[in-house]
Amino acid sequence: MNNQYANPMLPLNHNIARIKSETKDTFTLELQPSRGVSDFKFAPGQFNMLYIYGVGEIPVSISGDPCCNDKIIHTTRVVGAVTKAMRKLQIGDQLGVRGPFGNPWPLAQAKGKDVVIVAGGIGLAPLRPVVNYIIANRNAFGHVVMLYGTRSPQDVLFSREIQNWRKKHQIETCITVDRAAGDWDGNVGVVTKLVARAPFNPYNAIAMACGPEVMMRFTIQELQKRGIPDDQIYVSTERNMKCGIGLCGHCQFGAEFVCKDGPVFRYDRIAKLYDVWEV
Amino acid sequence: METLQKFLAEHQFLSDMSPEFIEQIVGCSRNVHFAPGEFICREGRDADNFYFIREGKVALDIHMPQVGPVTIMTLDNDQVLGWSWLFPPYRWHFNAQAKTEVRAIAVDGACMRGKCSGDHLFGYEILKRFSRILAERLHSTRLQLMDVYSANG
Amino acid sequence: MMENKKKKHKKHLVLPAQEFDVFLNALHEAAYEIIAPTVQDQAVVLDQIDKSADLPIGWTDAQREGSYHIFKNGERSFFNFNVGPHAWKKYLHLAELLLFTAKTNSSGFKTFEPIENVPKRAFLGVRPCEVAAIQKQDKIFLQGNYVDTAYKLRRDNALIIAVNCGRVSGNCFCASMETGPQARSGFDLCLTEIRQDERHVFILEIGNERGKNVLAGMPALEEATEQDIALMFGLQEEARKKMGKDVDTTDIQALFYDNYEHSVWNEIATRCMNCGNCTLVCPTCFCTNIDDVTDLTGAEAERWRRWDSCFTMDFSYIHGGSIRPSAENRYRHWITHKFAAWHDQFDESGCVGCGRCITWCPVGIDVTQEIRKLQKTNSPVEIQRVVNHGNTAKIFSGTSILK
Repeated sequence: MNNQYANPMLPLNHNIARIKSETKDTFTLELQPSRGVSDFKFAPGQFNMLYIYGVGEIPVSISGDPCCNDKIIHTTRVVGAVTKAMRKLQIGDQLGVRGPFGNPWPLAQAKGKDVVIVAGGIGLAPLRPVVNYIIANRNAFGHVVMLYGTRSPQDVLFSREIQNWRKKHQIETCITVDRAAGDWDGNVGVVTKLVARAPFNPYNAIAMACGPEVMMRFTIQELQKRGIPDDQIYVSTERNMKCGIGLCGHCQFGAEFVCKDGPVFRYDRIAKLYDVWEV
Repeated sequence: METLQKFLAEHQFLSDMSPEFIEQIVGCSRNVHFAPGEFICREGRDADNFYFIREGKVALDIHMPQVGPVTIMTLDNDQVLGWSWLFPPYRWHFNAQAKTEVRAIAVDGACMRGKCSGDHLFGYEILKRFSRILAERLHSTRLQLMDVYSANG
Repeated sequence: MMENKKKKHKKHLVLPAQEFDVFLNALHEAAYEIIAPTVQDQAVVLDQIDKSADLPIGWTDAQREGSYHIFKNGERSFFNFNVGPHAWKKYLHLAELLLFTAKTNSSGFKTFEPIENVPKRAFLGVRPCEVAAIQKQDKIFLQGNYVDTAYKLRRDNALIIAVNCGRVSGNCFCASMETGPQARSGFDLCLTEIRQDERHVFILEIGNERGKNVLAGMPALEEATEQDIALMFGLQEEARKKMGKDVDTTDIQALFYDNYEHSVWNEIATRCMNCGNCTLVCPTCFCTNIDDVTDLTGAEAERWRRWDSCFTMDFSYIHGGSIRPSAENRYRHWITHKFAAWHDQFDESGCVGCGRCITWCPVGIDVTQEIRKLQKTNSPVEIQRVVNHGNTAKIFSGTSILK
């Protein structure tokens, strides 16, 4: 190149160090840079653009522990061509990484407060680093509640880890599924209904929610009913992304570029858009 | 009886209800207990009661051939179970099984219906509160029907 | 200091029309490839030229909603036409760009960034609205957190020679968007064509040092007289007055944000064909898509970046479907972005008033008219939010489920 600017569209090669199948359609990848030692720093809520050779590139949230910069962890679900190809990769295979990008969860603002985490489906993945961070700084936070809704007991992500959050780290977790057959001892019902009875002080709490948009809309209503002000509610939003750096235009959500102004937004700043169809 | 009165008077389902009305409900109520695995009601059987769950978890399920029981909702502390007592032919639509030890207050349906017919103001208060529960459950069911966590969600 | 420097360069010189090729030679001498308007396929397009004869001399255009044609008007003016279908972005923000090539190897794959040799280019005949459009794209690609390296390379190598407008097309509305008909900044050199009886000259304004340096390669030009300057401003004033279209930009953000739900969108959708022409001809539209291709053996892959249009269904596709499946909302997105959201994003309008989207719309949708319709019937639908802040203490005093 005959200019001094690094090209932000060029991915860095990484190798897959570990693959873990989480549920029948979700999996976790652990990545290491192909050259040099990993020094990957990110803030919970950020994402990477992952490039699969010849297939394409997609945004995937980072689901690892923000304290550990010796690897990159991604948990994703098989939904399209790129994730299908990603699922077929083996340990040692390479993929391209650009990132981290995006606006993170408000962990600094959450200190000293109760924290309400509401996750739906694969939406737990970008919230796991939040829990990791809270665990590492447990005394800095008040009551921590994690409400997690998913489709069925077989679709519960990180189930063993969630048990540890509850048992060892005073994180009050509650999992609910849409339907359950067999020996499921947990809750059945919608996650939004858990908000009403979750133990937190709405006048000193911050909420962070990530999941399908319909679930989010009703989650916000329930949080509001509890009395959490809109400026203490944070939501993560999903849009089509091609560049991750605000140049391709695809991820626009009203005047926001989800890739650089989001994916985490303070709710009061986008509340108007939440009621507009197809915006 | 006193504890029944106190529990019901403080229950969110009956919030703002006059003490006279609460007294009416107490008159139809009794304490009950279910062991884990015990059925509180069975699909198709007479719906004689509704319940205030004081403590414990209850699963509502429907039995599907080849699959077995499919849980469609769970209820626990402070929630209200059952509205089949309100409408003829007064039969349960689901099974309700105690998943843990369950302490509850059973309210006699026939007794309540009699009081509702006798005092329409009381009947309206009861219907209003049950309608709210019905609306909430319908809303939840719609959300569940949307299957928002599926790959197309 | 800066002020003084500026004043010194802001000299107005006179370039006689018959000396125009001397000027073009000076550009060549300074190693510039010249890109300028020229006639091809019955339109004024942008392409490389060598000499003044390659310019659309004697040509003019007629533009209306959904209509464009050019004809000779019997005069000898060099720049007596307005903007055609091409915008300068085709040379700065390429319609197709190879981002990288990747080749498989024993450890996986290796990416190769293309080595680009971008020539120095003089953009001759950049209209004031187009200068503004380039400045708007500069803001996106050069002044954000990330620099678009391909754009920067081309932009750094581009010399901008603006040409002020002495005439307007039927679809121009630059005056109301405050970008024309006179260029005020953003150029290296700026020309104003003056034909008065037998006199045919260009008033040449020097925008900066780089512009001035180009002139070093040609015989010194005379300074313009007060009369010439007055004539130049007179011409532009006349053009401003002749402008038949305008947009009232008062409270324009609120106009769009308050009218996400409005019958106008539905009505536009009955005409809009979702062809995306407006986005392709728009000099500020910048959206791109990515295409990944591999050769038949799979040993080599390429990533291409291509202009995209928010009028396609795929534009907003995420797993499960498109965010904007309906035509009316895709149109709403485009025009709301251009006239409202752009202000939030880049502190200015995304529209320069060039009128291309009106001319090249196959059904002649006129943004200025659509905005007027919105303004006439500005009755925002109050969207009721379901918020219940009351009663919280009572309703939710129940004990916790989380034990």
